[in-house]
Amino acid sequence: MDILYKVFVEPFLFMGEAPDLLIQTLWEGLVSGVLYALIALGFVLIFKASGVFNFAQGIMVVFAALILVGLYEKGVPAFLALILAAVAMLVLAIVVERVVLRPLVNQPDIILFMATFGLTYFLIGFGELIFGGNPREMITDALLLPQGTTELDAFGGSIRLQHLDIAAAIIASIMIGILAVFFSKTRIGRALRAVADSHKAALSVGISLNQIWVIVWFAAGLVALVAGIMWGARSGVSFSLQIIALKALPVLILGGFTSIPGAIIGGLIIGVGEKLGEFYWGPLVGGGIETWLAYVIALLFLLYRPQGLFGEKIIERI
Amino acid sequence: MSFRKMSLGLAAATMLAGTALPAFAQDSIYVPLFTYRTGAFAGSGTYIADGMHDYLQMLNQRDGGIGGVKLVIEECETGYDTKKGVECYEAVKGKNPVMVNPWSTGITLPLIPRASVDKIPILSMAYGLSASARGDIFPWVFNPPATYWDGLSMIIKYIGEKEGGLEKLKGKKIGFIHLDAAFGKEPIPLLQELSKEIGFEVALYPVAAQDMQNQSSQWLSARRDRPDYMIMWGWGTMNGAAVKEAVRSGYPMDKFYSVWWPSEDDAKSGGAGAKGFKMLNWHAVGTNFPALQDIQKHVVEKGLSKSPKEKVGELLYNRGVYNSLLIAEGIAQAQKITGKKAVTGEDVRRGIENIKLDPARLKELGLEGFTETLTLSCSDHNGHRPAFMQEWDGTKWVKISDPIEPMTDRVKAQLDAAAKDYAEKNAGWPKRTEACDKAS
Repeated sequence: MDILYKVFVEPFLFMGEAPDLLIQTLWEGLVSGVLYALIALGFVLIFKASGVFNFAQGIMVVFAALILVGLYEKGVPAFLALILAAVAMLVLAIVVERVVLRPLVNQPDIILFMATFGLTYFLIGFGELIFGGNPREMITDALLLPQGTTELDAFGGSIRLQHLDIAAAIIASIMIGILAVFFSKTRIGRALRAVADSHKAALSVGISLNQIWVIVWFAAGLVALVAGIMWGARSGVSFSLQIIALKALPVLILGGFTSIPGAIIGGLIIGVGEKLGEFYWGPLVGGGIETWLAYVIALLFLLYRPQGLFGEKIIERI
Repeated sequence: MSFRKMSLGLAAATMLAGTALPAFAQDSIYVPLFTYRTGAFAGSGTYIADGMHDYLQMLNQRDGGIGGVKLVIEECETGYDTKKGVECYEAVKGKNPVMVNPWSTGITLPLIPRASVDKIPILSMAYGLSASARGDIFPWVFNPPATYWDGLSMIIKYIGEKEGGLEKLKGKKIGFIHLDAAFGKEPIPLLQELSKEIGFEVALYPVAAQDMQNQSSQWLSARRDRPDYMIMWGWGTMNGAAVKEAVRSGYPMDKFYSVWWPSEDDAKSGGAGAKGFKMLNWHAVGTNFPALQDIQKHVVEKGLSKSPKEKVGELLYNRGVYNSLLIAEGIAQAQKITGKKAVTGEDVRRGIENIKLDPARLKELGLEGFTETLTLSCSDHNGHRPAFMQEWDGTKWVKISDPIEPMTDRVKAQLDAAAKDYAEKNAGWPKRTEACDKAS
């Protein structure tokens, strides 16, 4: 009975006793969730256009952030470095399309998936060769990102809001909004949806598959750059950031691999869910449950919606 | 190129590579260094690798090696990955290494049983299995100058003194944030034992390797639990991210302590708010020592170092120098004991047991005042030497305490029990047959 009390009663009593901590936990979860959503969006864009799960999205986050910081360290002004980092992601998109995707057109999806594995390890090695393996500090001040903390007294306690986190949530939300509008309301967006439905049909109506791939890989690169800046500002830029990017996996399982709203809602559910779980239920098992809890949450949702929250329900005749 | 030609070419290349190997054994001393300049832990590993390499290279350049025998220094990249570390061991063991330096507790543990079989000493400097300090049970493993258990006991002792005595810790809460790996878990049994003995409460905050840069949950939990002190056992990017999160969460930094692994960069990452963060250390920082100046002259200025000039003399660089000081002393002692120039792993094992770094020897080596004295012996492979507390003042580390002796009275019984337990659990663990030299 004691364990039932600890699982089903005590955490909720504690939420009531210390609402400031509950709000703080929700806030931390929302900030993480928005950033997870941003990373997941990079996966979704590429999956929609090519049916490929881009394993390299994580290292693209690190690579973009390192280019930005590396250029700044070489004396390039921060905002010019930001533009050049975006240009570098465009170059990467073109190279990936020419060297990796184009020769593999019409190959099974698993071949393309494995190619993104190769791309990941190439970018890790290439990045370490150019920038070295040492962690760097994100150029937060030079990019005019706000620093500092606002401490709000509430519910007999306090809630600490980092200005950087507020900025991260706002910038990530704007970025998600722009991409959502771009891919749903513009000609390129419609072309992307056509490619996602059928490569052959899209080609037959004159849509350039190669051009679409470059555009989505570039968009994913921009998403990676923004995610790299925000995560880097929170905890430094290092190659271990690419592992955090894999947190987008449960987000995708939950939200569906082809849905932009799914990535957003999924990111928020995972972000808030894992923080609440770790904070209120983690101590029951010695902590450290955050790493796998995200997958449990995603799998629980899958029991009821196997295609994810917003994924397409595919019915195949056999 | 046909498959046949390619096969022949490969076979020829393999034969040539094979014939080159025995050269190490004849006229040189082969010192492999397991390093990690890549991966999530490179932020710590790179500086240590530079320090280790540069000290040995300095001996080569300045003195022609040790005792007139050139050192063959070869790095093997482990990425702090246990599997790769074991692969490195397998790759170097046929080349007559005089010792291996795993630079990871996770890599050290699987190598311990192999060391006595392959006759290759393991130097796990201030890391690895604490119980391996017992030379009578682990004749091939060395972990000077202090074990993790010593380190933990020093922090508890220091905190206790701040409170007005160890007994004043009764009823206090100590948070322990640690990498959720063999290294981070190593001191937990002692922490729990001390908590029972002294009466303080322990709150554990494990950080998975994949979440090293995503620690907001751990620090939120710390805010919930309100520990009076936080102790960190972190490595790589975990340290810098923890300092940042501690500052973000408003934890009082003067109550935040760490074992001896954070670097200047880790402390800097917390910005001005990191002021007051404390850690243990047992050697100097800076280059104001003849040996360090010789490194600059003979290695750095000649372009033989991989280290940026400004990093020479920083904390983890000098940690690497200290590690190589032990390597070099082990070799020098082995040459002295055996009378041989090109010594083997078996000789160097004896050499390390005879290390005696007294003030006169440190002065002779150009490292006067660099570190505490150290004497190892046949039975004591650690020394259990004191460390001091240093504090981050916003720009640099400042020494703020006298040497803190480990609480040997409390640690020794635990350590003996753990060593005995290890031998019992590993069926067939060999009894020490290696003779002790008179001096040790």
